[in-house]
Amino acid sequence: MAKQIPYVNYLVLGSNPHLEANECTACGARFFDRRNACAGCFGTSFRKVEVPTDGVLRAFSIVTFAAPGVQVPFVSAIIDCGGTSVRGNIVNTPPDPDHVRLGMKVRLTTFVAGTDDEGTEAINYGFEPAN
Amino acid sequence: MASDDIWILGITMTKFGKHPDKDVVDLAAEAAMGALADGGVTMRDVGVLAAGNLMGGGGIGQQIQKQVGQTGIPVYNVSNACATGATALRTAIMAVKAGEVDMGLAVGVEKLAGAGLLGAGGRSKSDKNVYAPSGRYGAVGPVDGRIGTESMPGVFAQVGMEYGHKYGGTTFELFAQIAEKNHAHSTLNPLAAYTKKMTLEEIMNDVMIAYPNTRSMCSANCDGAAAAVVVSGAKLRTLSLEQQRRAVKVKASVLTTDPWQEACQILPDVNTLTRNAARKAYELAGVGPDDLDLVELHDCFATAELVHYDNLMLCEEGGAVDFFKSGATWRTGRTPVNVSGGLESKGHPISATGIANIWEVCHHLRGEAGDRQIEGAKVGLAHVIGLGSACGVHILEKSAA
Repeated sequence: MAKQIPYVNYLVLGSNPHLEANECTACGARFFDRRNACAGCFGTSFRKVEVPTDGVLRAFSIVTFAAPGVQVPFVSAIIDCGGTSVRGNIVNTPPDPDHVRLGMKVRLTTFVAGTDDEGTEAINYGFEPAN
Repeated sequence: MASDDIWILGITMTKFGKHPDKDVVDLAAEAAMGALADGGVTMRDVGVLAAGNLMGGGGIGQQIQKQVGQTGIPVYNVSNACATGATALRTAIMAVKAGEVDMGLAVGVEKLAGAGLLGAGGRSKSDKNVYAPSGRYGAVGPVDGRIGTESMPGVFAQVGMEYGHKYGGTTFELFAQIAEKNHAHSTLNPLAAYTKKMTLEEIMNDVMIAYPNTRSMCSANCDGAAAAVVVSGAKLRTLSLEQQRRAVKVKASVLTTDPWQEACQILPDVNTLTRNAARKAYELAGVGPDDLDLVELHDCFATAELVHYDNLMLCEEGGAVDFFKSGATWRTGRTPVNVSGGLESKGHPISATGIANIWEVCHHLRGEAGDRQIEGAKVGLAHVIGLGSACGVHILEKSAA
């Protein structure tokens, strides 16, 4: 099997792909990037936490104009995953207002985003409608 | 309380040299947190941040806030070539001298010793295209379009949709009607980039940029500039009666940034900092939203204008949809919004807009707005917001002279 790496470092691959956040041990604020200190309480101690893979769509836009190299249209989405807000694309459903609705239930999914010259696959995440 | 008695409470410098495994914000954060610790205070005590970084893409102050404490205080990003650091300190000192805050933080940072991307250090050059995680998210490729959108029309489309999810009542047609209003208003503004009336059908059938924002629902990219001279009351009173009559009083001039909240790294929170700026401005000016005769707010996209009705407290919380539907924000309504045509039709030459919308308000307060004059205008509000973020709110009043 080809070597796989995550598209971003907060995506954890494996048999149970999920997003991982840095949680401030003092106030519980969660961040997906490396932080020097907590933006909320200025604390400097963090621990890794697993973000739920199921969520609710609370904002979206169907983008038809984007930078060169971006496949359009795509659905940009803000998802509430059990209290943690997550950014991602809605995938595996037609990108139009009939199929993408505020409040719809979604779940994390992963896919191969590209392959480099050494055959390494970059795995990205998105959210697909959950029934 | 204004004061000439200024002191340096805490101060730090990092080791200067090559720091390939630290990005510019790592270094700035180290210095900022060091200075705060040296002074025995926290970001909670700081009332203003002035920051300078010449080589970066801008917004270093807000980037620092996110890494040391995102408390919503005014940020001044300064640039003066080699005098940038001193300018940052001077800016913080001015705010304290003026009595607006009693403590300010100034930061200057630069990375000149090469790119220093995280994770890429030590890798030998190769002719092959090989994935190399870089940046604080360890991304192996561009994120825009692959993980959500970073484009302005898309970001602000989501801002409007988020309001709809929370309070209901938003539709593509509603947002398009906001653009219809602004395009209609601009027909009376000879200085607007676009002065053509557009029907609702034309707007909704226009090229879609990022649903629900079509091209005519987006701010118009154009060239332009604006400038203003400000004086003290003491100085004004030495000038001619005509100058005093046409002078417009600045009742409030407020700057805020976005305080941290849970989702702000996912979708910029353009709401809290606007509401904070508006609240402070109304308090300083001694007026309320009902006293406003006109408002020029930041309709970078039609979806943005809706949420700012709520953020500027022109309507009750959650009531922006009903407020718009009542006709209140048309030039004939009780709170005319963007009679200039707004950013959507008048245009948005970015650095000019913040002064240009103040010009529009002043034009009416002086009684010089001709065909588009809001009769009897005495008090107006101007609002702008830049992502990163920063919000400016000014309340202006007609001269009593």
